[in-house]
Amino acid sequence: MSESAKITSLDQVVIRFSGDSGDGMQLTGSLFSNLSAIYGNEISTFPDYPAEIRAPQGTLSGVSGYQVHVGSKKIYTPGDLADVLIAMNPAALKVNKNAIKSTAIVIADSDAFDANSLTKAGYKTDAPFEELNLKGIQLIMTPITSMVKASLSENGMDNKSVLRSKNMFALGLLCWLFNIPVDAAMHLLTNKFKKKQAILQANLKVLTDGYNYGHNTHSSVSTYHVNPTDMPKGTYTDVKGNQATAWGLIAASEKSGLPLFLGSYPITPATEILHELSARKELGVKTFQAEDEIAGICTAIGASFAGSLAATSTSGPGLALKSEAIGLAVMAELPLVIVDVQRGGPSTGLPTKTEQSDLLQALYGRNGESPCVVVAASTPANCFDYAFIASKLALEHMTPVILLTDGFLANGSSAWKLPSMDDYPVIHPPFVHEDMQETWMPYLRNSENYVRYWAVAGKEGFAHRIGGLEKDNATGCISTNPTNHQLMTNLRQAKIDAVAKNIPLLEVQGNEEADVLVVGWGGTFGHLYTAVEEINAAGRKVAFAHFNYINPLPSNTADVLRKYKKIVVCELNNGQFAGYLRSTIEGIHVLQFNKVEGQPFTVSELTNHINSLLEN
Amino acid sequence: MMESIQYKPQDFKSSQEVRWCPGCGDYAVLNSLQKAMAEIGVSPDKTVVISGIGCSSRLPYYVNSYGMHTIHGRASAIASGVKVANPELTVWQVTGDGDCLAIGGNHFIHAVRRNVDLNILLFNNEIYGLTKGQYSPTSRFGFVSKSSPYGTVEEPFSPSQLTLGARGTFFARTLDVDVKTSQDVIVQAAKHKGCSVVEALVNCVIFNDGTHKTITDKDFRADKTIVLKHGEPMIYGKNNDKGLIIDGFSLKSVTLGENGITEKDILVHDANCVDPTLHFILGNMKGDLPVALGVIRNVDQPTYDASVAEQIADVQAKRPIRKLEDFLHTLETWEIN
Repeated sequence: MSESAKITSLDQVVIRFSGDSGDGMQLTGSLFSNLSAIYGNEISTFPDYPAEIRAPQGTLSGVSGYQVHVGSKKIYTPGDLADVLIAMNPAALKVNKNAIKSTAIVIADSDAFDANSLTKAGYKTDAPFEELNLKGIQLIMTPITSMVKASLSENGMDNKSVLRSKNMFALGLLCWLFNIPVDAAMHLLTNKFKKKQAILQANLKVLTDGYNYGHNTHSSVSTYHVNPTDMPKGTYTDVKGNQATAWGLIAASEKSGLPLFLGSYPITPATEILHELSARKELGVKTFQAEDEIAGICTAIGASFAGSLAATSTSGPGLALKSEAIGLAVMAELPLVIVDVQRGGPSTGLPTKTEQSDLLQALYGRNGESPCVVVAASTPANCFDYAFIASKLALEHMTPVILLTDGFLANGSSAWKLPSMDDYPVIHPPFVHEDMQETWMPYLRNSENYVRYWAVAGKEGFAHRIGGLEKDNATGCISTNPTNHQLMTNLRQAKIDAVAKNIPLLEVQGNEEADVLVVGWGGTFGHLYTAVEEINAAGRKVAFAHFNYINPLPSNTADVLRKYKKIVVCELNNGQFAGYLRSTIEGIHVLQFNKVEGQPFTVSELTNHINSLLEN
Repeated sequence: MMESIQYKPQDFKSSQEVRWCPGCGDYAVLNSLQKAMAEIGVSPDKTVVISGIGCSSRLPYYVNSYGMHTIHGRASAIASGVKVANPELTVWQVTGDGDCLAIGGNHFIHAVRRNVDLNILLFNNEIYGLTKGQYSPTSRFGFVSKSSPYGTVEEPFSPSQLTLGARGTFFARTLDVDVKTSQDVIVQAAKHKGCSVVEALVNCVIFNDGTHKTITDKDFRADKTIVLKHGEPMIYGKNNDKGLIIDGFSLKSVTLGENGITEKDILVHDANCVDPTLHFILGNMKGDLPVALGVIRNVDQPTYDASVAEQIADVQAKRPIRKLEDFLHTLETWEIN
């Protein structure tokens, strides 16, 4: 290696921060991704929390990780294998040995690799790197703990508080390694800890010491620079899917002029939606933390009857509990948004992991013929758009709408250009007008889209009764007439089918002229898009269609799918969307690529599979 | 303030034909409710009646107002949503002993605990009627029904204990046959700001005929019940000569004029007392003691719906941001030029 410092330019890099739950790796990771974004890079992040709140220190189950993908061109995933791993202890190294490239740079805290810690992490020898067979890695062993202690020796803080600053030393090192000016990191920290001066000062000291340590000690090591991207001009922030979902609901509330009401019960990984909306009182949002999932949706149904934009947020087990109430909203024909942040199932399953296995529950998980609209977000940032669209469709079509996101979107983040509300359409609920008073009936419908008119409780001159019993068409009086039940069943279906006129057509991406079409839906977009891009860039031909509208499907779906010789539906379940397409569109043959590990796809497993289809 | 309109019970009658069994106790409570609604003076358009599932839950169809006949057990939650979303509406919940205390027990106690400003009418006939005669959570121990042919082996809930145990602020009891008391307690329930629970003991003429007969029968109703009135001594009986006094940790029935007892010795009902201990005892009375009717507890506490609105107003007074876009620009952001 040459004596003079080298700077290598990279198109993209994947960095994984890993340590004990108490090591502050989530904060370090998000600060680093923000810094990269400020310097004009594309970012995509994904946290990997342990299932336990505080597992014993130093053990494998206590390891908390945060992956950041930084790029100089548009990137769509948090990356497969990491180029750089920060391992704050031996457990973090062990847990991530299969998550890094064989030639990765590993920065490890040498102080944490003592005999006791090695035993806690289940090593059998005192040579952890050999034991894990990590031969090709570039190791930067750094005595982080002892240097942080030295750095803060005159600070007067207790030992525990001192050790909490270890993550800032790691951040300083990373700034050095990626040529990010330490001043920018200091600026971010100053904003973050402005109310906690003692902690701020300690963190700034350790951060600078970490940076200087890298600069002085490893001056011969090659450092990196990720070139900035050409992102559209504007103001950006770092957004997680759950925040974006919450804000999309608020946007719809503003564009419809209706107050927002959320009835919800805490459940992983959906709870942050409740957190965010309960904090937005200045925007007039009402939240109701109910006694259970059923009450969560039922309070929302009540709020909808009283004229709010009403929503409930949950995950798979909660959706199961809400199914009877969704049926009531279908029957009463009231607008309602149900957000299902999917996790690993069945039953309690894998609460902190991601999956797409609630699709059929969303489509069919109710008694009776009970159609409702189902849409799915596909990136952390577009959770905002699909929460807005779900609300718009619910309000304009007087129907419950299920919005499917997942643990990957909910906790993953990306840079998001702050939207201008002028770019979003006004929402027009089908309110009754005063001049309708003589002719209006509760189930009188618009003849084009079969939507009934909405008389909000309290509106003068329109007192009426609705409910879960079958009703006579138009009058809304209870009816057990057999032909009326058939008519109402048909009308409820026709009303949902008519939503197709109000949604965009399905687009084909990648190479449209290819023989093979890759199909996906919801949160797998980033991995699928990247895989398809890589294959086409390598000179092979593959087309890609990704669904955000599940029920109804875009009206050109059958035409698009029938054009291709081979269709492969890739999804994180056992083939639910594939089965849905088979049962909905006649005459297509659909292949499947499925994974149910509680983890997102990796781009490499997708490219391998798609390439094998191209060969056969 | 709008000039108040004088409503008649007729104004709260819908065009739907009432379809309970002939002789059902629910008819009388419906009539009392419509009379009470006229007396309260809130317009049908600002009145919302929410029910669950069961015989009594058909009631919203018979009242001219906004109404929703929902799903089994969930009326408390749906009614809570209506009230929180729009506190200007007067919200009624109509429910039965199965709907409210079995499948809906959780929602009921939480609505009571939160003190959402609802008026809950609980029709207690101690039986499942719509499913044709199974025991309910208020059926007495040993009760024989289609689903308990050898008698039940479980103790019933007492609606008053449950309400007070959930820290309820209003509890009243009435009989289907006592139209005057029914109307009176329903009006007071509506006036009370907070969650009001009115237990109406009703007769199911088909599956549980005469279940409340020991207290409803004209010949001995006056001796077996006491209509409590706030600020008045607890005197009852056909000849108005019986009264209640404290006896250790319970109550005792005494006769005026016997053993030197005069009206001065008789307890005076204080429905507004914050400590619920005596209300608890009054709600439990049976056997040798008269069953308490009228308003047993009526205490002012902040309501959930008003507190939610107040909290929003408080935050808004401190933070001037009203639009999402303005809020988003307060986040940690960076510029790409």
